[in-house]
Amino acid sequence: MQIATMYFKDRAQLKLQDELLQYNLNKSKGKFVGKRAEAIRELDDFEATRDAAKSIRQRVLDNLDTWLEIFEENARARGTTVLWAETPDEVNRHVLDIAARHGLKKAIKSKSMVSEESALDHAIEAAGMKVVETDLGEYILQINDYEPPSHIIAPALHKSKEEVSALFAKVHGTAPKTGIQELCAEARAVLREHYLTGDLGITGANFLIAETGSVFLVTNEGNATLCTTLPKVHVAITGIEKVVPTLEEASTLLRLLTRSATGQSITNYVDILTGIKGAGEFHGAEHMYVILVDSGRSKVLASEVKEALRCIRCGACMNHCPVYQNIGGHSYGWVYPGPIGSVITPMFIGQEVAADLPNASTLCGSCASVCPVRIPLPELLRKHRETQVRLDLRPVGERLGLRLWTWLASRPALYAWATRLGVRVMKWLGGYEGRIHSLPLASGWTNGRDLPAPAGKTFRELYAARRRAGRQT
Amino acid sequence: MSSARDNILARVRAALGRQAADPAARSAAQVHMAAHPIGPRPALPEDLRARFLENALKLESSTDELATRKDIPVAVARYLDRLGVDRRAAGWPEFADLDWAAAGVDLAIRPTQGLDPVGVTGVYCAIAETGTLVVLAGSEAPSATLLLPDTHIAVLSAGRIVGSMEEAFALIRRERGQMPRAVNMISGPSRTGDIEQTIVLGAHGPFRVHLLILP
Ligand code: SF4
Repeated sequence: MQIATMYFKDRAQLKLQDELLQYNLNKSKGKFVGKRAEAIRELDDFEATRDAAKSIRQRVLDNLDTWLEIFEENARARGTTVLWAETPDEVNRHVLDIAARHGLKKAIKSKSMVSEESALDHAIEAAGMKVVETDLGEYILQINDYEPPSHIIAPALHKSKEEVSALFAKVHGTAPKTGIQELCAEARAVLREHYLTGDLGITGANFLIAETGSVFLVTNEGNATLCTTLPKVHVAITGIEKVVPTLEEASTLLRLLTRSATGQSITNYVDILTGIKGAGEFHGAEHMYVILVDSGRSKVLASEVKEALRCIRCGACMNHCPVYQNIGGHSYGWVYPGPIGSVITPMFIGQEVAADLPNASTLCGSCASVCPVRIPLPELLRKHRETQVRLDLRPVGERLGLRLWTWLASRPALYAWATRLGVRVMKWLGGYEGRIHSLPLASGWTNGRDLPAPAGKTFRELYAARRRAGRQT
Repeated sequence: MSSARDNILARVRAALGRQAADPAARSAAQVHMAAHPIGPRPALPEDLRARFLENALKLESSTDELATRKDIPVAVARYLDRLGVDRRAAGWPEFADLDWAAAGVDLAIRPTQGLDPVGVTGVYCAIAETGTLVVLAGSEAPSATLLLPDTHIAVLSAGRIVGSMEEAFALIRRERGQMPRAVNMISGPSRTGDIEQTIVLGAHGPFRVHLLILP
């Protein structure tokens, strides 16, 4: 996917001023949050389940090489071809090679965030093949000139039904529909044709099961089920961190994944695919491939933010993030938005280009308090901020400002004098109303709101006065 | 061996502070897998059948309890009449012996290719905790029959209702020895919430799932 992380501030600003987007975001705000809160109550011991989930994921990461090899052996034993990709480009090359080898013409694709990393759809089209996104949300974005997804679970969250209606009418050449039900029916009819004619099914993997060499997929629409049942070739593309030792452990993770994501006790479809079709079987893939993608993950594993690899991509951290909820997913500028995106994006595409992301957080801690695998997201964001300071990636003004402040703060007399002067100037600026409408060097604050002016004396002055008064009585 | 594989594994090992595969980690992993450790699960009542039915209804499946297997064709006819659709369906071979003609149902025993409005399938087992049907793919169990038709009718024996997903996996291991090509777990009709988070049934798969439950 095209990188736009460096425009974070400008984009966020635009999104905040985009009335339609704000209206759409407000409409969906809180729906996921409320449903999740209800669904986790179904678990007798939610916190213990989170502990278990955390240790399942951590166990794999602690010996990731071993688990990858076990997965690979067991997948191979069932006829699955396991391929490895170091970079996003290599992912695309693998897929195009497979398509060429089997003479494939049309890919039907179930939602895969990993494939967004390499803009796989564009590569497929450039090779002269057709590709159809089958998740309804992804389909809407695809026919809107490949608009990027704004959420990892609900990619078209930012769109209203009116926008979808206008888009369908334009692209399908049909009369505009008003109801959501009718819109879904129209998409169903269009996509059904593609399901029946696609010869390559592309999916991600929610988990890879080491003990059986299986690909574990969850969807509500059933699109992954269709993409892995009808076409003659199935390619699953996923990150190397997605291995889970056993089916039992995947069951534990699933209890948390669906509840944390959409507040469901289970998704409508769970598919566990193991190898190629058996003798006498009518449906199912004749050839199955799993592409294990690094693209920066091994770098995360070696870094201070390695705990981020425990992520099961439930989206709860973004649903509960006040920043995400106000600016939407597009502002973040790459595949993964929200708190988890701000942690992993700098590792995948570089600290320099994604320097704003770790700072796009108030560190309020909501994300960590809901994360089902207990990733300490605010702590990891803070680590990125420290790295940025160490690498001199902060803007010149900020660096100079902090240096000046350090110099001043370590000279108490001068500091007292300067702050006394400062609060008096600010009180004067605040004028009669006591509010400052614009302040040089702090326009980021005053553009959006007024700064209340200080009372005219510093804390130390007031404290000293009070002590004097106390002594007199 | 591809070099991408070697490079990735080498980077992973470097991150973990080792140079080569660790035999101790390998044997620990084998022991771990063999133990199939089970995490915390919600407590279930004694009566799994009642819990299953309760959850299946919550998922917007409908149910009909039958006395014997022989009643299946009549129950299918009754359900299709209620829906107001033709008594026409594609079904799995396990139902070939039943008297469909007497019930006035035209049941074609073949894998569906997308044109059949109704699919009649069996079920391997079901999960009480979530109201889920577990279907194993095989030559006698074509998967698309439960996916492509607008209406999916599934026949389940109450004796095959287990508590949790973990128990379903244990059952597969015990009875089949290994995983089939596909385990498809179905929890109600296909749905989407992708437009304004409004739930609509029948996204790509069935609009409705009807369960015929045998004792
Ligand atoms: S970081 Fe945690 S909350 Fe966020 S998507 Fe990943 S698992 Fe879910």
